[in-house]
Amino acid sequence: MDKSGEAYWKATLGLLTKILVVWFLVSFGAGILFVDMLNGIHLGGYPLGFWFAHQGSMYIFVALIFIYAKKMGEIDRKFDVHED
Amino acid sequence: MDLQTTIYLVVGASFALYIGIAFWARAGSTSEFYVAGGGVGPRVNGMATAADWMSAASFISMAGLISNMGYGGGLFLMGWTGGYVLLALLLAPYLRKFGKFTVPQFIGDRFYSKSASTVAVVCLLTASLTYVIGQMTGVGVAFSRFLGVSSETGIYVGMGIVFVYAVLGGMKGITYTQVAQYVVLIFAYTVPAVFISMHLTGNPIPQLGLGSNLVGQDISLLQKLDTIVVELGFGQYTTTTAGSTLNMFVYTMSLMIGTAGLPHVIMRFFTVPTVAAARSSAGWALVFIAILYTTAPAVAGMAKYNLMSTVNTAVATNGDLYAADSSLEVAKQPDWMNRWAKTGLLKFEDKNGDGRIQYYNDKTKNPDVIAKAEAAGWKGNELTVNADIIVLANPEIALLPNWVIALVAAGGLAAALSTAAGLLLAISSAISHDLVKGVFNPNISEKGELMAGKVAMAVSIVIAGYLGLNPPGFAAGTVALAFGIAASSLFPAIMMGIFSKKMNKEGAIAGMLSGLFITLFYVFAHKGIFFIKGTEFLDLIGGPNPFFGITPEAFGAIGALVNFGVAFVVDKFTKEPPEHIQHLVESVRTPRGSKAVDGVHA
Repeated sequence: MDKSGEAYWKATLGLLTKILVVWFLVSFGAGILFVDMLNGIHLGGYPLGFWFAHQGSMYIFVALIFIYAKKMGEIDRKFDVHED
Repeated sequence: MDLQTTIYLVVGASFALYIGIAFWARAGSTSEFYVAGGGVGPRVNGMATAADWMSAASFISMAGLISNMGYGGGLFLMGWTGGYVLLALLLAPYLRKFGKFTVPQFIGDRFYSKSASTVAVVCLLTASLTYVIGQMTGVGVAFSRFLGVSSETGIYVGMGIVFVYAVLGGMKGITYTQVAQYVVLIFAYTVPAVFISMHLTGNPIPQLGLGSNLVGQDISLLQKLDTIVVELGFGQYTTTTAGSTLNMFVYTMSLMIGTAGLPHVIMRFFTVPTVAAARSSAGWALVFIAILYTTAPAVAGMAKYNLMSTVNTAVATNGDLYAADSSLEVAKQPDWMNRWAKTGLLKFEDKNGDGRIQYYNDKTKNPDVIAKAEAAGWKGNELTVNADIIVLANPEIALLPNWVIALVAAGGLAAALSTAAGLLLAISSAISHDLVKGVFNPNISEKGELMAGKVAMAVSIVIAGYLGLNPPGFAAGTVALAFGIAASSLFPAIMMGIFSKKMNKEGAIAGMLSGLFITLFYVFAHKGIFFIKGTEFLDLIGGPNPFFGITPEAFGAIGALVNFGVAFVVDKFTKEPPEHIQHLVESVRTPRGSKAVDGVHA
């Protein structure tokens, strides 16, 4: 396996891209661009689009950072650049 | 015990706690002063970051803004939390690996240029100073409204408290008081929300309550709220956007980028021991922030419903909102309305002389509403409610006990003081570390620099206090400016410093300056040059919001785009950065070899 700095950076950027895509979809996508469409669906008493803008996106943001921290730790160890 | 005594006791106890912590956490070295010794755990730092971040505006004003704006208010919620994802992924871990005391030092070292770091210092000082004015006035407001003293006295007391723990303890003192302040403010925010949610929906969790049915009714709170506000001529609560969809999009993006680029927040991540800790700490910070931020929309919606049903009795009984006896009689106003009327935050004027209060949108274009209001003899809206009341008077509106009201007072003060302290540290370290040590006197001893830091802190507190006492007429508009500056100048520069190995100093400096310039230009065109009334130049740029209808508050993201664009163009035509800088970038990208943060200038 390629353990060079370049390969490590490529793996990092790959992870960042995936997470930022989700980050964009839940806030700018579900919370803003597609909000009217999603408001047709209800989550309890919440119209779904409104829920994403006022609640859901924030829960997902929290999850995203922890997923990032965990996966990044795995990448660090895989490429043997983790802290001691 | 009467309300005033309870408030004095609770606020006094919280202040005693902060001062106690200050004496326990004194700073003896520059490392303790700037980065709390670098050994703060990720959870503790997360909690301190949450208090650092959540200002008087988050605590006092945000729920009220959302209450007025409805769905569109979500831009604050998404913008001010989504920025932490960017901070965690793009900046914090790399800046921690870089391992120096301040943000301008990273920019100066990475772009091998004192000019670059000086530009960064200027951006930092402008952003942080404008921000701190708002905190100081927030302290004054909380004091004058809850403790019955003048807001001047309030600001002096606030300055005194911050002075004790920020000058004595620097980052170390600030970190541990921020943890205590977080605990105070989060209780103060959530306790009333839980009571109100329970009361309205029977669900004690506000986040679920907002999506539940009203007690004893077969209709959800939000649906009911939509029906009432539309019937009274306001925009539908769950769908009204902030301007156009494009404006809301860009505004949200600006707040996200601005949040990630605010130096007083970034600095907190220099206090954790490792790169891995910086990553998870950002997650913890957002957990603690989200507890308040997911409660805020519930407070907003529920307080709006409470207000509506107080002023119009037909709301609760599903009666005719326009019936003559539905509107609240002036003589039967609840105590809290009288109390807050005295502060001027609540205004009532009986325009049609019927001895009752009519609250509706008299500027509506809805012909139904206009016809009904006319038939009912309504002569215009009679009640104006300042957004801040939604949080400040919330416990009173919901008839909660005195100790809850006292807690809200202490919480508002905690939110303002913790943010003020963080900003003051960012300001004083930029002065003592980046200017005094970095530019004017590189040979200063550690002891000398520590003293310079404390003196800079003391002077900053006095300046912040002075500005709080004599707020320049533009205080209200300035927080938006702080975000605009952070978004358009600092965020892109730091990000390119990490993600583009070939970005050189010419590109970075040109980028920062043009991002800053275009943003200031757009803001000043609307609000006056340096916010001086009469110096607006809207005609020159073709009327208000000429750029695709984007408001000046939302412009930071456009400034950031300009910054990136200019930087890459200039970079193409100028010399590559030297070899050792490219190695520096490589080493910043990998966690191994992270060491304790220090202040040595390269």
